[in-house]
Amino acid sequence: MANRMGYQTILYQNRPWIVSSASAVGPREGKGPLADRFDLVAQSADFGQDSYEQAEAALLRESCRICLGKANLGEKSVDAMLGGDLLNQIMPSSLAARALKIPFLGMYGACSTMSEGLLVGGMLVDGGYASRVLCTAGSHYATAERQFRFPLEYGNQRTPASQWTVTGAGVVLLAAPGADSKPMACLTRACIGRIVDMGVTDANNMGAAMAPAAAATLCGYFDDTGDTPQQFDRIITGDLGSVGSGLLLEWCGRMGHPLPEERMMDCGLTIFDSAQDSHAGGSGCGCSAVVLSALILPKLQSGEWRRVLFMATGALLSPTTSMQGETIPGVAHAVVMEGVQ
Amino acid sequence: MQQSRSKQQVMAQYKELVARLTPKSKTAQGCLRAFWVGGLICVLGQLISDSARRFLEMSLAQASLFTSIVLVFATALLTGVGIFDKLAKYAGAGTVVPITGFANAMVSPAMEFRPEGLVLGTGARLFTIAGPVLVYGISASVLVGLIYYFVM
Repeated sequence: MANRMGYQTILYQNRPWIVSSASAVGPREGKGPLADRFDLVAQSADFGQDSYEQAEAALLRESCRICLGKANLGEKSVDAMLGGDLLNQIMPSSLAARALKIPFLGMYGACSTMSEGLLVGGMLVDGGYASRVLCTAGSHYATAERQFRFPLEYGNQRTPASQWTVTGAGVVLLAAPGADSKPMACLTRACIGRIVDMGVTDANNMGAAMAPAAAATLCGYFDDTGDTPQQFDRIITGDLGSVGSGLLLEWCGRMGHPLPEERMMDCGLTIFDSAQDSHAGGSGCGCSAVVLSALILPKLQSGEWRRVLFMATGALLSPTTSMQGETIPGVAHAVVMEGVQ
Repeated sequence: MQQSRSKQQVMAQYKELVARLTPKSKTAQGCLRAFWVGGLICVLGQLISDSARRFLEMSLAQASLFTSIVLVFATALLTGVGIFDKLAKYAGAGTVVPITGFANAMVSPAMEFRPEGLVLGTGARLFTIAGPVLVYGISASVLVGLIYYFVM
């Protein structure tokens, strides 16, 4: 097949454009190192809504509107919205899509949702099935804590390997080349990740659960394409955190694909600074989505980076099966983005 | 069979790597903090109990009950205004083990699930954390009571 390479890699023949991006975050993220790069920083964690679930939906909705506003496009000019979040029934995404009235396909890949959406959205645009696709992902600290852990006011201690769910939503608008003026970047390749489970059961160490999946996707991509890590300005992982990032380097090395540490970047280690007490780093669908929108795409647009591999990583964890003793399956999807000069 | 054995070997290697690269909790520091905060809460409890007996002329049983009520109320208040979880983050078992931990385990879900309504939210979820303690605590006390009844 002409559009495939090797076992799991996809070639985008027409190089779909990324024409716009936007990010909306909570107050804690708004005090982090990327503070002035976000389009919207909410003053309070509830974003003026009745519940945190509604706040998460509102962050998604508003970042979609900002993204379209930047491209001077109305909601009617988008053919499809692909999005997801961490909550049961991906409800915040459905609520956002209900308000926007854009044809909607729900995605679930836990924290890997952003690259899953880009990967599929890129195929829709590349295949001519859509001229513009909105890819979204969001998460909220309070809603994730409630669903996966404890009530907010419950007094407990976090382990050093635990991560802090990012409150925020990131949105990227894909378009067929030539449809809009001046893209930020384009999609050239993607790699669909296999689910990898190395038997990690500790839900407070998700970096460890995801790192083998990230390693499998990276090694799969390099084997399929013959690319080397040196051909990328950055190899960007979603939310492996400090523990998972260390494990990825070590594990890839053992699998015969040593990674250059100076070219590696993890969104979870980028969004907070060490004084913000987020332990092993940020996590959640929103983590990689907002860092992509606010930092990675602008750097590709400015030409500072020319080629990056963006790979959001997900721990496919369910509180029910976790309590039943099931291990945590991990997944990672990669998308190759290049600057358009 | 051969393949599954090599897969098990890889998983064992990974487990060993995770154990090596995952930072450990600071046990000594945690114990020290739990000791002094937990100890302070107990001293406070003793103070309340002694004061109740001296100034309010309560019996020992009454003073014990009074102490529990005061500590539970104080914890509920501190949980409500968002201070208790910060204290507990510092003290760990120091705030969990005394009756303060139990009070926090009741009040925090009551607040958390308020948006889902008073009946199916707060009412139904009130015991999500404290429930197991009650079930097994009360069961154990009944069992011990029975043994005491027949043996003594």
